Amino acid sequence: MLKKRSYFKSKTLPYILILPQVLVTLTFFYWPAVQGLAQSFMLSDPFGFNNRFVWFDNFTALFKDPLYLKSIGITLIFSASTAALSICSGLFLAAMANRIFKFKAVIRTFLIWPYAVAPAISGILWLFLLHPSFGVAAIAIKNMGIEWNPVLKGNHALIIVILASSWKQVSYNFVFFMAGMQAIPKSLIEAAAMDGAGPFRRFWSITLPLLSPTLFFVTVMNIIFAFFETFGIIHTVTQGGPGGATNILVYKVYQDGFIGLNLGSSAAQSIVLMILIITITVLQFKYVEKKVQYTG
Amino acid sequence: MTRQNRVTFIAVLLIVFFCAGQVLAAPIEIHWWHAMRGARGEVVDNIVKVFNDSQTEFKVIATCKGEYDEVVNAGIAALRAKKQPHILQAFEVGTQTMMLSGAIYPVYQLMKDKGYNIDWSTYLQPVLSYYMDADGNLMSMPFNSSTPVMYYNVTLFEKAGIPLLSKTDPVTWDEMGEITAKLIKSGVAGGMVTAWQSWTQVENYSAMHNLEFASKSNGYEGLDCELKINNEKQINHIARLKSWMDDKRFFYGGQKYQGPKSEFIAQNAGIYIDSISGIANLKKSIKDFKWDIAPLPVESWMKEPQNSIIGGASLWVFKGYKDKDYEGVAAFMNHLARTDMQILWHKETGYFPITINAYEQLKADGYYEEFPYQEVGVKQLTRRNPTKISRGLRLGYFIQIRNIINEELELVWNGSKTPKQAMDDAAARSNVKLREFEKTYKQ
Repeated sequence: MLKKRSYFKSKTLPYILILPQVLVTLTFFYWPAVQGLAQSFMLSDPFGFNNRFVWFDNFTALFKDPLYLKSIGITLIFSASTAALSICSGLFLAAMANRIFKFKAVIRTFLIWPYAVAPAISGILWLFLLHPSFGVAAIAIKNMGIEWNPVLKGNHALIIVILASSWKQVSYNFVFFMAGMQAIPKSLIEAAAMDGAGPFRRFWSITLPLLSPTLFFVTVMNIIFAFFETFGIIHTVTQGGPGGATNILVYKVYQDGFIGLNLGSSAAQSIVLMILIITITVLQFKYVEKKVQYTG
Repeated sequence: MTRQNRVTFIAVLLIVFFCAGQVLAAPIEIHWWHAMRGARGEVVDNIVKVFNDSQTEFKVIATCKGEYDEVVNAGIAALRAKKQPHILQAFEVGTQTMMLSGAIYPVYQLMKDKGYNIDWSTYLQPVLSYYMDADGNLMSMPFNSSTPVMYYNVTLFEKAGIPLLSKTDPVTWDEMGEITAKLIKSGVAGGMVTAWQSWTQVENYSAMHNLEFASKSNGYEGLDCELKINNEKQINHIARLKSWMDDKRFFYGGQKYQGPKSEFIAQNAGIYIDSISGIANLKKSIKDFKWDIAPLPVESWMKEPQNSIIGGASLWVFKGYKDKDYEGVAAFMNHLARTDMQILWHKETGYFPITINAYEQLKADGYYEEFPYQEVGVKQLTRRNPTKISRGLRLGYFIQIRNIINEELELVWNGSKTPKQAMDDAAARSNVKLREFEKTYKQ
C-alpha cells in the first residue's frame, strides 16, 4: 500500500494552524468543565462572596438523598424507553419508505420534518393532545373508559415525555437508517429474494446485520439525546412532576442550580451526570461494538 | 473667509460646543432590571416615564430580563462581573438569599442617608413585614404584592341554591365542605381547585391560623430554623382535602395556575383559589358566567383569623455605585411610593397599593364601590396586624423547599403517601436543605 504524506517545512506552522481550534476547545469546553469540577467541591453562596472547600460533602449529600437515586432510575428508564421507541419507529419507517416507489422524495421529506421542531415545542404539542384538562386525545382516551391523568399520575406523565421525546427523534433515526439502507447492495437482497426469502426474512438476515454500524451510532446518539437534550420537553410538559416522577438528572441540575441557586450541589450533579454518560458510552463501545459488522 | 477669520470661527464653534456640553450634561443613568412583561411592563414603563419627565438630573432605564428566576440570575451574573444594575427586582422566595448576599444597600438606610424622612408606619404593614429584618428595618422596597383569594362561579352557586359569599367574613372550611357537596349534587363536575398549592394551602394556611411554618419566627430570627409544617392542624387540613377527592369536592389541577384556572373557566370547578392578581386575566377569559371573589376559608376554631401573607417581588438596591447615583435611586423609590403612582399600579395590575394613603384615596374616590372585588385581597391582608408568625417567611433555599412541598403534596393526592407521611417527609427533606444553606453562610 502506498502511503501519501505531506510534510510541513516549518515546525511551528502546524501548531499555529491548530491553535484557533485548541483555543476554542479550551475556553468553551475545558475551562467551564474545570470550573464545574472545582465548584462541586465547594459550598458557595450565589454571589460568590462565601466559598468554602468541603471535599466530597456535596457528593455524599447527593447519594444520601433517596430522591436523587430515584432520579437516576427515572433517567435510565426514560432514556432506554425513548431510545428504544424512537429507534424502532425510525427503523420501521425507513424500511417501509425504502420499499415505496411513488412519491419517495415527498414522503421522505414529510418524515424528516419533526426533527426541525424544537424539543420544547414538541413537548407543548403533545401536552395539547394529552393534557387532562384541555387535551384533544385525552378526551378520547377518557371516553374509552381509561382514567388518564398525567397531572396527577407519575407513570402517565412519564409516558407523555417519552412520547414527545421519541417522536422528535424518530426523524433523525429515519434519515440515518434510510441512508444506511441505500448503501446496501441491491444484488444481495435480490439474490436472497430469488432463493425464496420473504421480505421479513430478507430484512432480518441481510438488511439488519448490514445496518448494524448505523444502528450502533444511532443508539449512542439517542441515549445522549435522551440524557441531555430532552430538557425542553420536561420543562414545558411536567417540570419534573408529579411527585418527581419525571425529574430526570439534567432537569434536576437546572432546578437546583439555576432556579434554586444551590451551585455546589448542582455542580456535583453535573459531574455525576458526566461520569454516567462517559461510562455508558464506553460500555457501548466495548461490548456492543464487537457485534457490529463493518463492511469493506 | 480669510485664514484668521476661519481660525476665529472654529474657535468660537468649539467654545459653543463645549459650553453646550456643560449645560446639557447627560443625566445619570439608573438601571432597573425587572420581570414585568406585557401589560404590567407597560405600566412600569409609564411610571418610569413620569419620573424621567419630572426632572433632568437622572434617567431611569427599566429593562425586563425575563421571568423572576431569570432576573435574579441575571443580577447575580452581573454582580459577579461587577456590572450590576442599581435596582433589581427579586421574587419573595429569594428574599433570604438577597438579604444575606452582602451586595445590597438596605432601602431604609438608603432613604435615611439621602434625607428622606419616611414614616414607614404609613405603609401597609403585612406587605412591609415580609421584607424587614428581625429588627423591623426595611431591606427592600415592596413593589408588586398580591395575596391568594377565592374565586367562585356565581352562576353555578345560584343554580345550586347556595347563598353568595361575603367579601369580608371568610367561610369556614366546614362550610366549604357543604358548599362543595352542594355544587357536586347540582351536577358540577368538581368542587374546588387551587393554584400554587404550597403558597395557598400551606404557607397562607399557616399564617392565617397563626401556626408556625418554621421555627425561629419562620426563620426571621436565625438560619438554624426548622420546618414545622408537620403539625397536627396542617396535616388535618391536607387529610381533609384528600378525603374530598373521593367525591371530587376537591381535585388536583397542577402545581401552577394554568391547569386549575382552565378547570374554573371550563366550569369543571365551582371554586378556584389563586392570587388576587389573576383578576385581569379572568376578566378577559370568562364570558359565559358570572364570578366573584371571597376571602380564603378559615377553620371554625380560628375566631380571629390572622392576615394572609403576600407573594410577589420587591426592589433591591445594589452596592457599588457613586453617592450621586444613589440620590437618583432614592428619588425614584420615593417616586414609586407616591400616591398617584400607587393608585395607577393598583388599578392597572391588581397588585396592592403599598401605602395607606393610596388605599384611603382609592376608597375616597369610590373605586371599591365600583369594583368591590378588588378590595377583598387588601381587606384580608390588613384585617389584623401581623404577628411574628404571620408576617412572612424567611427561609434559605425556599424555592427548593416549595418544590419539596409541592412534590410531597402530589404524592398525597395520587395516593402514594398518607398526609402525615408526606408532611413529615416534606419537613425532613426541607430541613436538610436548610442545614445546607446554614452551612454556606456560616464561616
